Formats: sequence, structure tokens, C-alpha cells
Amino acid sequence: MDGLLHQVFSGLATGGIYASVALALVMIYQATHHVNFAQGEMAMFSTYIALTLIQAGVPYWWAFAITLVVSFAIGAVIQRVLMTPMANAPVLASVGIFIGLLLMFNSCAGWFFGYTLKPFPSPFGEGKPMLAGYLSRHELGSTAVTLAVLLSVWAFFRFTRLGLAMRAAAYNPASSRLVGVNVDRMLALGWGLAAAIGAIAGMMVAHVVFLEPNMMSGVLLYAFAGALLGGITSPMGAVIGGFVVGVLENLGGAYVVGAELKLSLALVIIVAVLVIKPSGLFGRTIVSRV
Amino acid sequence: MLLEAVGLRAAYGQSKVLHGIDFTVRKGGVTALLGANGAGKTTTLRAICGMVRTEGELRFEGQRIDGRPTEAIVASGIAHVPDGRGTFMELSVEENMRLGAYTRRDRGVAADFDRMFTMFPKLRQRYRQQAGTLSGGEQQMLAIARALLLRPRLLLLDEPSFGLAPLIVQEIFEIMRRINEADGVSILVVEQNASMALAVADHAYLLETGRIVLSGPAADIRRDESVRRAYLGY
Amino acid sequence: MGRTLLRHWPLLFLAFAAVVPTVALSNYQLFQLTMVAVYAVAILGLNIVTGFNGQISLGHGAFYAVGAYVTAIMMDKWGVPYWATLPVSALICACTGFLVGLPALRLGGLYLALTTFALAVATPQLLKYKLFEGWTGGVQGIVIDKPDPPFGLPINADQWLYLFSLAVAAVMFLLAANLVRGRIGRAMMAVRDQPTAAEAMGIDLAMFKTRTFAVSAMLTGIAGSLGAIAIQFVAPDSFAVFLSITLFVGLVVGGVASIGGTIFGAFFIEFVPNLAEQVSKAAPGAVYGIILIAFLFLMPGGLAGALRKLLRLA
Repeated sequence: MDGLLHQVFSGLATGGIYASVALALVMIYQATHHVNFAQGEMAMFSTYIALTLIQAGVPYWWAFAITLVVSFAIGAVIQRVLMTPMANAPVLASVGIFIGLLLMFNSCAGWFFGYTLKPFPSPFGEGKPMLAGYLSRHELGSTAVTLAVLLSVWAFFRFTRLGLAMRAAAYNPASSRLVGVNVDRMLALGWGLAAAIGAIAGMMVAHVVFLEPNMMSGVLLYAFAGALLGGITSPMGAVIGGFVVGVLENLGGAYVVGAELKLSLALVIIVAVLVIKPSGLFGRTIVSRV
Repeated sequence: MLLEAVGLRAAYGQSKVLHGIDFTVRKGGVTALLGANGAGKTTTLRAICGMVRTEGELRFEGQRIDGRPTEAIVASGIAHVPDGRGTFMELSVEENMRLGAYTRRDRGVAADFDRMFTMFPKLRQRYRQQAGTLSGGEQQMLAIARALLLRPRLLLLDEPSFGLAPLIVQEIFEIMRRINEADGVSILVVEQNASMALAVADHAYLLETGRIVLSGPAADIRRDESVRRAYLGY
Repeated sequence: MGRTLLRHWPLLFLAFAAVVPTVALSNYQLFQLTMVAVYAVAILGLNIVTGFNGQISLGHGAFYAVGAYVTAIMMDKWGVPYWATLPVSALICACTGFLVGLPALRLGGLYLALTTFALAVATPQLLKYKLFEGWTGGVQGIVIDKPDPPFGLPINADQWLYLFSLAVAAVMFLLAANLVRGRIGRAMMAVRDQPTAAEAMGIDLAMFKTRTFAVSAMLTGIAGSLGAIAIQFVAPDSFAVFLSITLFVGLVVGGVASIGGTIFGAFFIEFVPNLAEQVSKAAPGAVYGIILIAFLFLMPGGLAGALRKLLRLA
């Protein structure tokens, strides 16, 4: 029983990471109906930026903040330079660009920073486990950070003028222009925000799995599974889906399939959602967008 | 003149829709743009808002607006109720209205919300509801409220009567008159329901396959033999 | 005379490709050309579904892996001759493709891209799985023997392997070209370009797409079998997601929905990474990324499209 609870708690901790990346995916999906296959690699690259800053002597939270700003800028620039001209291109072209970005971020990271595993510091310290031994300090801290991020993103979209305009631009670009919203700027903002959220996920998970260029490929897969499970049209669903996948992954890894087949669980979840409830738990089905 | 178009042309890709039209909208007036399906009425409104590629000159309050992005034209004081009403279906009525006031930074927004509720009591009842659940007439009212919250000096209305029950059409035209008379908003309205439009308009243009074939005071147009037969049906 | 020659250019090309390199090239260079033939078939499979049918697959490396493992296991465990493994591998890959496509294709292209991408990422892990270790050899993989030339032909094993692969590839290209030019090919493109109209004409979209996907997986699986025979070794980590992405890059660079372009794509993915690797271990990926994006922006028709434009200008 104790072991089970422990698995659930640490599943929730990693689930928070998946939830963040799933949210980043859904944000871009809602605005552009594209799935950013490079989301994970962008987050990994951001984490290297943070590590470089920390190694240069910048205090952790300063490095954290600078990384967010830089990641935001990278995301917005990618949207402006690569995605805007491709707005009306066939799906194949946009998928191709995402794959191209994935390759470039992955190999540039290897090129600049090497392929060896690098430890990434935690701002929460090693210390004793908390919460009656169910969670390590880092797990607890990163869960708190993730929840804070998710909550502020939710509040931003729900309560601010800019957040409303971003949602409007995603749902109905033509009408948004007619009320004076600059839709292109909203898209760039969305990309920037997604990149920044991904960067946070990267910095939180890097302490657990160690930093290397392929660090996020598994995370991205779980995030896909989470987004589909929650419903790719629903940000809230994606977040819940991310947490559920985190717990399922941990329980499955511990009791069902074993650690070496954990990644395939994501595949099983994806296929199961497609077969049983394609719209996910909270979403609408996508009408065939080929 | 509030709005002035000279030699306005517009095209979707290769197909040309407007072949160089001239028209004006008088400050404080209601101008009607009449014509059959496919004559280019909707395109004219879209051209004014920079939603299609255009050639020729467009002036709003003396400033050139052609070639500027839609959001900039809107911010300069032109509100557009598009065909299909442009409702943000997934958002609430409240959020739709907040978006209407998106470009405004002044303190009068709250007061304007109240004015909209007086003008459209239904919107107050449905305030928290998802806009996609509103009826066609309610969505038309929401669209007009959204446009008015911009505090425009020119309001473009695209087929406000389309698909609505006669009683609601009456109501909408009544509201149009009030907006024009009480708030001093100039209106350019596109309609297939010519008799209704001519009843509120003071000036009208008749569009046929992308060209203006007739223009003048609404009363004269109403009396025109060919218009009566083709568009008024008596 | 000139015109008849021009009409039969594929035959001439094939004859040239069979004779000249076999005589003129070293064994290693022949091996590289063998891999070009293998990749050409693999990209051809991807092109059927992505190019002609408009369904984006980012996981064709998985079918390549299945084909490779079927051949390796049959040769290693049961001593089946290499050529006899090809039909079995084709059948198994077609079934796998059908099963993967079935849930994803009911819902439209994006779900297929997602599912296949997930499949590609998970493939090495599945291949390493303990339960299958008795067959797959786990992380170690399987080593197989290089086939000898039959009928006492006076050529060495590399030359024979090249000719064998070339012959299989030629048959596959012939089949694919006929498929694409015929009634089914027209239906495939109708489903891609005008799905609603295609449905109105009585095509069951989901079933049709799934069958196309199965055919496509079959072709790529056969390529995997050939590849395993050529390399004489299969191991989980050679079938990572990068393989799927490589095939996708080859598709775009060669030319989407172009049978001939597939060959350019195969040359590209065989030779360019080798060249780039001399610069840095990371260079192939970076070069792929930059070239992929550059092609999509500047040459969306790929090399085949560019060549067609040049010929038209000339």
C-alpha cells in the first residue's frame, strides 16, 4: 500500500511535467491546428541555455527567468519567420517544418553542448523526503512550480484582456481582426508562451533524468498521450490528461510492464484513446483535417 | 464625407469582383448598398476593412485606409458586422462583448455595457452563456452590440436581416435607426431586403456584377421603375 | 528512334544500373548502392501513403524494423533462405500497417502523424523487450550470414547482393508505378485532394486509407528485409525515431508524390549524412533539418519537381 501511494505521488510529480508540455502543445494546436513535434526539443534546448547560465555563475532563479525570456523570444521568432509564411501551405509542409526544427534543435544541442549526460541542479535542494516520505524535495518543489505555472496560465487566459484576445484569435481569426485584434501578434505570443512553458518543464525534469539532447523525446510522447487523453481541443483536459498519464506511467512501470517498456505505455494510451474515445475526456473530435 | 471610395477594385485570387466603383458615405447618414446575390455587396464591405486585396482609393475622415491591415482600420473607428455575424461561438456573451471593446482604453466601457443591455435586454439575461447557444436573432444583436462597443464612427452592417423572423427584422431596423439618430453613428448597410433598407436609408447605391448602376437619395431609388420591379417586387 | 529510347528510359536506366556499377565499383561502393536501392523502396512505400494519399506518417521506420526483424529471425532461427523471407515479411508488414492505421485513420491525418511518431519513438524499446528476447536477441540483436551468389555465377557476394536488391527494387517500382497510374492510384489522389467528393463517389475513406497504409507499410517492410540482408545485422538501436525521420526527409527532398523522385531521395539519405558526419557527429541532423526546411520553402516539389521544371524550360 505504501509503495502504491509512493508511486502515485511521484507519478503526479512527473505528470505535472507532462501536463505542462501537453498544455504547450494544445495552445499551439488551438491557435493553428498544428501539432508542434519540436516542442520537446525546444524545451531541451532551453534547458541547456539555463545550464550554461548557471555554470557561468548566474543564481538559479535568475537563470530560470532569463531562460524563460530567451525561450519566449525563440518561440515568437520561429512563428514569425517560419510559420507565418507557411500559414496556408499544406499540412505536409508544416509537419515537415516541425520535423526540421526538431532535427535542428536536437543536433545543435549535441553540437554545442555534447552528448554526455549532464546533472542539472534543483533549486529545492536534495534534503530529506517530504510529505511523510512520499515525495522528494525536488518532486514537491517541481510540482509546486508546475501547478503555479498552470494556474497562472489559466488565470491569464481567463481574466486578462490579452488572454481573451489570444483565445479569440485562436477560435475565430477573421472576427478577431474585426474587433481590432492583431492575430499574427497573438500567434507569435502563443508560440512564445508555449516555448516558455516547455522550458519550465525542461528545467524541472532535467534534474530527474539528467540533461542530454534526447532528454525530451520520451516526455513529448507522454505529453502527446496526455493531450489526446484529455482532448486535444481542451487546455484543461490536456493538463488533467498529463497528470493521469504520469500516474499511469508510474503504476504501469512499477506493477505491469516493467520500467524498460514504460515508453510503449504512451503508445498504448494513444491507441486506446483513439479506439475508445477519440475526442478525449474533455475535447471535441477533430473533423478530419487532412 | 466620412467615407469615400474612388475607383475601388477588389479580387479574390484571379476572379475580379469589383470593377472600379465610386461611392461615399455621408457623416451622420444611413447609406444602403443594394443588389442581387453575387453583385459584390459583401465584397465592398470587406474591401473597406482590408479583408480582400484592393486597388483604388479609400478615404475615411480624409485619411487613406486602403492597404492598411484590418485591425488598424477597425481601430481607426470602423466597426463591421460581417455576414454570418462573426460570433465567437466558444466564448461567453460577456467575452464577446469584452472583445468588442478590445481597442478601447477609456473609462466609458462599463457605461457602454449598460447601454447595450438597455438596447438589447436579451444579452443581459444570457450574459454568462456560451454565445454559440444563442438564437440567430440574439447572435445578430450580440454582433451589433460587439460592433457598437468599439465606439465606431462608421458602422458596416452586412445583411442584418438574413435568416431572421420578420418581427426580429423589424426590431433590428428599429435599433439601426436609433443608433444612427441618437448616437450619431453613420451606417453603411448591405441588404437584399431592399424595401426595409430603403425605409431607413437616406442614400442608396445599386450594385450589379461589380459595378454601380444607380445611385441617389433613397426616396428616388424607391420610385425607380426598374428597382421596384427587380428588387422591391411590386 | 530517339523517341522510343526516351519512352523506355526506365529499362535503359535499369540495365545501366545493373551492369556498370557491378563491373566498375569496389565492394564498399556497391554496398552503398545496395543501400540506395533499399532506401528507394522504403521511401517509395512512404510516398504511396504520404505523397499520393496525403496521409502523413512519421513512423515508417517501424515497418522497416519489422521487415528487418522478420527476415533476420527467419534466417537465424529457422534457416529459411533469404529470398524466401521476403514474401513473409511483406505479409506481416502489411498486417502491421493495417492494424496501426485502423484506429488512427478513422480520424484524419493529424492523428496518424501523432500515432506513427509515437510508434517510431517506442520501436527500439519494443524490440528490446525481454519477452521477445529469445527471438530478437534483445539489445545484442541478430547477426545473419551474407548470401552467396546462386547457380555458381562468377560474381562475388556483394555483387550478387547488389543485383538481387536492384531486381527486387525494380519489381517494387514497377508495381508501385502501375498502382499509382491505375484506377486505385486515381482514387488515392482523389481521397487526398477531394475527400468529400471521393466519399460521394462511393469510396469508404477510412477503409481505403487503411488499405493504402497497409500497402505502404508492406513496401517499406520489404525494404527493411533487404536492408537486414545487406547489413547482415539487426539491432534495436538502428531503428530509432531518426530512421523514420530520415525516410521522411528523403521523401521531401526527392519529391512528394513522385515515383522517380524517390530515387533521388534515396541517394540523398545514403550519401549526404556520410559527408556531413565528417564535419561533426551532430552535423547530419543539422543538415537534414536545414535542408528539410529549405526544400519546403524553396523547392516544395523536391529534386524531382525541380528537374521537371528545368526540363520544361529547356
